[in-house]
Amino acid sequence: MRTAKKTSKKGVPFNLLVVGDAGLGRSAFVNTLCEKPLIKKDNTHFDPSMAASMSPVEIVPYQTDIVLEDGFRISLTVLDTPHFNEAIDNENNFDIILQYLESQYDNVLEEETRIKRNAKFSDERVHALIYFISPTGHGLRELDIELMKRLAPRVNVIPVIAKADSLTAEELKETKKMILDDIAYYHIPVYNFPYDEEEDEEALVSLSKSLRSKMPFAIVSSDRLVEIGGNTIRGRVYPWGVVDVDNPSHSDFLALRSAIFSTHLEDLQSITNNQLYESYRTEKLSASHLAMDSSYNDLSSGNQQDQVLREDRLRAIELSVQREIEEKRRQLLAREEALRALEEKIAASTAAMANTSVSTPPSTENSASQS
Amino acid sequence: MENPESIPLNNYVGFDSITSQINRKLVRRGFQFNVMVVGPSGSGKSTLVNTLFSAHLMNSKGRVDIQTPYRQTTEINVTSHVVQENRVQLQLNLIDTPGYGDQINNDKCWEPIIKYIRDQHSSYLRRELNSHREKRLQDTRVHCCLFFIRPTGHSLRPIDIAVLKRLTEIVNVVPVIAKSDSLTLEERAAFKQQIREEITKHDINLYPYDSDDIDDEELNLNAAVRNLIPFAVVGSEKEIVVDGKHIRGRQNRWGIVNVDDENHCEFIYLRNFLMRTHLQDLIETTSVYHYERFRSKQLSTLKEQSSMASRMASPSPNFPDHFHPSATIAN
Repeated sequence: MRTAKKTSKKGVPFNLLVVGDAGLGRSAFVNTLCEKPLIKKDNTHFDPSMAASMSPVEIVPYQTDIVLEDGFRISLTVLDTPHFNEAIDNENNFDIILQYLESQYDNVLEEETRIKRNAKFSDERVHALIYFISPTGHGLRELDIELMKRLAPRVNVIPVIAKADSLTAEELKETKKMILDDIAYYHIPVYNFPYDEEEDEEALVSLSKSLRSKMPFAIVSSDRLVEIGGNTIRGRVYPWGVVDVDNPSHSDFLALRSAIFSTHLEDLQSITNNQLYESYRTEKLSASHLAMDSSYNDLSSGNQQDQVLREDRLRAIELSVQREIEEKRRQLLAREEALRALEEKIAASTAAMANTSVSTPPSTENSASQS
Repeated sequence: MENPESIPLNNYVGFDSITSQINRKLVRRGFQFNVMVVGPSGSGKSTLVNTLFSAHLMNSKGRVDIQTPYRQTTEINVTSHVVQENRVQLQLNLIDTPGYGDQINNDKCWEPIIKYIRDQHSSYLRRELNSHREKRLQDTRVHCCLFFIRPTGHSLRPIDIAVLKRLTEIVNVVPVIAKSDSLTLEERAAFKQQIREEITKHDINLYPYDSDDIDDEELNLNAAVRNLIPFAVVGSEKEIVVDGKHIRGRQNRWGIVNVDDENHCEFIYLRNFLMRTHLQDLIETTSVYHYERFRSKQLSTLKEQSSMASRMASPSPNFPDHFHPSATIAN
C-alpha cells in the first residue's frame, strides 16, 4: 500500500520495459494498460519484402501520463522491444537489452559521483520488465529461461502468459504450473511481490500472497470496445464467444495493472534503486578496484620476486596470528575448567553442610592443573 | 503427333471395366502416404495430425516436465501406422521434426529436414537403378510437408521465408496456421493476406501446381485451394457434448470452438483438400515432379562424372585443367 501520496504535477516517474516475440501482443498490452493507442500499429500491414530482413532487437521509448482512479499521477515511460527473437540467430538479443539496463545504472553512477550535479538529470533506470511468454503449452523455451536469468539480476522481471485466450482453463492451469516449476528449477529470481509477515500491513500481505498465487499473469489485451448485451467492454470477439479483458475470470490483466501502477509501484522502484542498483554498483566498483590493484602490481619492478616476498611475509603474519589465537583459546578453556571445578567444590561442600546427619567423605579437590 | 480419331464401336466390348480391375488391384495393395510436419515446439503439429486422421497417431515431442532437456538440433522422428477405411488400407509414415526452430540460434536448423527428404529420393533412386530391384519399391518419399506458421497475426518470420524457399524446391509444401483460435476473424483474414503477399514477393512455389494436362475442374479446384492457403485451423482430440451432440473442439471460458465448423476454422477445408481431393495427386506429384527433378539432376551428374572418367582414362592433349573428378554424387 502506498504510504505517502506524491501529488507532484508531473507524476511519479515509472519506467517499464516490455519484452517478447513479435505477435505476442506487446503493443496491445501497452495500449490496454495506458487506455490509449500509445504504440501505433500502422494498419498491421507490413512491407512483404521486409519479411526476410533480420534486424536485431531495438529499444523504443514511448512517453505518457497515467492518472489513476484515486488521482495518483504516473509519468510513464514504456520501452518496447521490436524485432526481439525475430532473426534466425538471436544470441545478441540478451546483450542488447542488458546493455541498455546497465547503461541507465551507469548514468546514475556517473551522476552521483559528479561534483556539480545536473539538475535536469532524468533517472531512467528500468523499474520492471514484463516478459511475454508464448502460450505453447510446453512451458518455457530455452530462450525464455536464458533471458530471464540474464536480466533478473538487473531488473524486476515479471513473466506473463501472452494471448492467454488461446488456452482453455485447464491448459492455463497446467501452463502456469509448468512455468513456475521451470522458474524454480532454473533458479530464476523473478519478482514475486515480496512481503514481510511481521512488518507489513495485513492487507498488503494478503494482497501480495494473492498476487503471488496468480503468477505468471495470464494476459489478454484489447484496445477495442465491443458491445455485448447492452454493455460496452474492452474485448475480443470470436465466432464462439467474447473475451472480456477486464473480467478477472477471463484475464489477469486488471490484477497486473493494479499491482504495477498502484500497490507495488513503490516496491518495484525501491528494489530497482536500492537493491539492484546497489549490487550493480558494488560489482562495477570492485571490478574496477581489482583492475586497479592488478595494474598497481604490474607497475612495481622486479614484479614476480616482490610478489613472492610479499606473499611469504603475509603467510608468516598469518601463522603468528593464528598461533596467538590458539594460545588465547587454550588459556580460556583452562580457566573455564578451573571455574567449573571450583563450582563443583562449592556445590559439594554446601550439600555436605546441608546433610549434617550423613557423613560424606571429603571431596577430593580436582587439581585443575594449569598447563 | 495428332490424336488419332476415336472410332465408334459396333458392340459393347467391355474394356471400360479396366477401371474396376485397377481399383481391385490397388485396394488389395494398399496405399502409402508419407506426411512430414515442420514447425517450432507448441505449434500444434501432433494435435493437427491426430485430428486429420481422427486417431491418436502422433505423440507430442514437446517438453512435458522440467526434467526433459532442451534439444540442441532438429531431430527426425518417423512413426508408421496402418489405417483402414472401408476396404482401403493406408500405410502412413508420420515424420516429426522436434527441435526445429526451438533454439536461440536457429541457423541451419532446417538442414536435417532437407537431408531427410533428399535421402528418401536418393534411396529410391538407388533401388530403382538396381539391376535386381523389388517388384514394388517401398516408397518412403515425403508426399506432403505441412509447414506450421505461428498465429502471430503479423507476418512471416525470416526463418519461415528461408525454410519455405528451400522446402518448396524438393517437396509439396502446405502451409497451415494452427491454434488459429487466438485470432479474431478480422485478424485472421489480414494475416492470411499478408502471408500470401510475402509468399508471392519471395517467389515461393507452393503446392498445388498447375500443369498442362489437368482439366478445368481440377484447375478450378486448385484455384480455390490457393485462395485458402494458408489454412487457419484448430485441432482437437477432445470430444465435447453440445446440445446432445458429440463434437471435436476446445472449451474456453467464453465458448466452445468446434473444429469441424467452417465458421470457426478452416479445418474441414484442409482435411478435404489433403484427404478427399488431392491425396492421390500429392503422391503422384512427388513421384512425377519432385522425384524426377532429383533423378534427372543426379543422373546427369553421374553421366558427367562417367564421361570425365573415360576421358581421364585416355587423356587427350587438350584435357582441360579445371575438371575435378568427384567421388560422391553431388547433393
